Amino acid sequence: MYPSRFRYEAPRSLEEAYGLLQTYGDEAKVIAGGQSLIPLIKLRFASIGVLIDINTIPGLAYHHADPDGSLHFGALCRHRDLEYSELLRSRQPTMAATAPLIADPLVRTRGTLVGSLCHADPQGDWASVMLALDGEIIAGSATGERAIPVSQFVTGPFQNSLQPGEIAIAARVPAPKGSVSGTYLKLERRVGDFATVGVAVAVETSGGSVSRAGIALTGVGASNIKATAAEQALVGKALNASSIEQAARLAAQAAEPKSDHRGSADYKRHVVYTFVTRALSSRGARAA
Amino acid sequence: MEVRRVTVTVNGEPRTAEIEPRLLLVHFIREVLGMTGTHIGCDTTNCGACTVLFDGLPAKSCTMFAVMADGHEVTTVEGLGMSSELHPIQEGFKQEHGLQCGFCTPGMMMASKALLSENLNPTEEDIRWALSGNLCRCTGYQNIVKSVLWAAEKMRSQPAVSR
Repeated sequence: MYPSRFRYEAPRSLEEAYGLLQTYGDEAKVIAGGQSLIPLIKLRFASIGVLIDINTIPGLAYHHADPDGSLHFGALCRHRDLEYSELLRSRQPTMAATAPLIADPLVRTRGTLVGSLCHADPQGDWASVMLALDGEIIAGSATGERAIPVSQFVTGPFQNSLQPGEIAIAARVPAPKGSVSGTYLKLERRVGDFATVGVAVAVETSGGSVSRAGIALTGVGASNIKATAAEQALVGKALNASSIEQAARLAAQAAEPKSDHRGSADYKRHVVYTFVTRALSSRGARAA
Repeated sequence: MEVRRVTVTVNGEPRTAEIEPRLLLVHFIREVLGMTGTHIGCDTTNCGACTVLFDGLPAKSCTMFAVMADGHEVTTVEGLGMSSELHPIQEGFKQEHGLQCGFCTPGMMMASKALLSENLNPTEEDIRWALSGNLCRCTGYQNIVKSVLWAAEKMRSQPAVSR
């Protein structure tokens, strides 16, 4: 397939990229890994006047932990970097479990975490993970930077809350306050398919009880769903069969699945229940 | 019409061309360079037939613009070996009947090359994982997995062979 014509810019710095965005306005579209955007351009679902390629900007391919324990992911940090990340394996088990389940190995070579969040596919995996972790997007522009919670960043299907002139330059996960455990469980018919059901769980415990709980769902609603009631049911309690059962039930209630070729609504709701139970039980959860 | 001059190192050789930004990398390889070993399968980022190595890592050349490869290295199936001197991966696919129609094979071999560059002792599971972005509609994958195991063994016994 041949995309329609566009102009191509390869800025060498963020300042230059911001300038290009100001010059071209709504005509411009920023590309990082392009694994969702390029198919859209090829199918001519997206028509763009100017493609601003940020792959030529040095210094955006990082992911690291700050001394305070928060995790930072640059706009060119690829899924593959996260799949093989020792940092995530030792510090952030929910993200470590997610990375190998994104698309397929070839897409993971190019696609990025931040780009995936910007794309805001309502069936995307990373948004659930970032909702469970209370993650943020860092939006940069010619006038400065601001942090946007992912819960406010994704505003609808394929829509985000970036303002004209802004580029999502990083994602951030706040520092944990207790010891971290969690995972991402994804039921998919085959590699590369959207999740039939995905469940992100991130728990922090201190002194034997849960100090923070994050639970979010993929594929069982019009968007990623943060299961707030299920989260709250865990906080302040020990993780045991009774609290886990309650959280799983509340998460299943929060799901809004529709019957389709991937399964019936009842089935998907049941998988949410099972996945939350499994992810919170000692066998399923990965400790950091 | 905007045209840009790019230089892409393909199979070790710098190739310079003036191209439109909308030109896909796979079209650059096939139509500008005339190297038709890389196949276009689904054209929708699903099948992996167009897999090449981009800076050593396997990627779908139908899902990249060629301008984005400016200054980078691309390895195609032509970079593996020629019929006079097959690469162990190509030999493995021949020995173990790793292909029937052959359409997915270039992509399968490039994804296999990426795997074996990192891991010369892959398990069957490692191979299936590495090839999970490459679809084959003929073989049922059994013989493809055997082919890669064959190639790994050959490459272990011949450390001098190019990896």
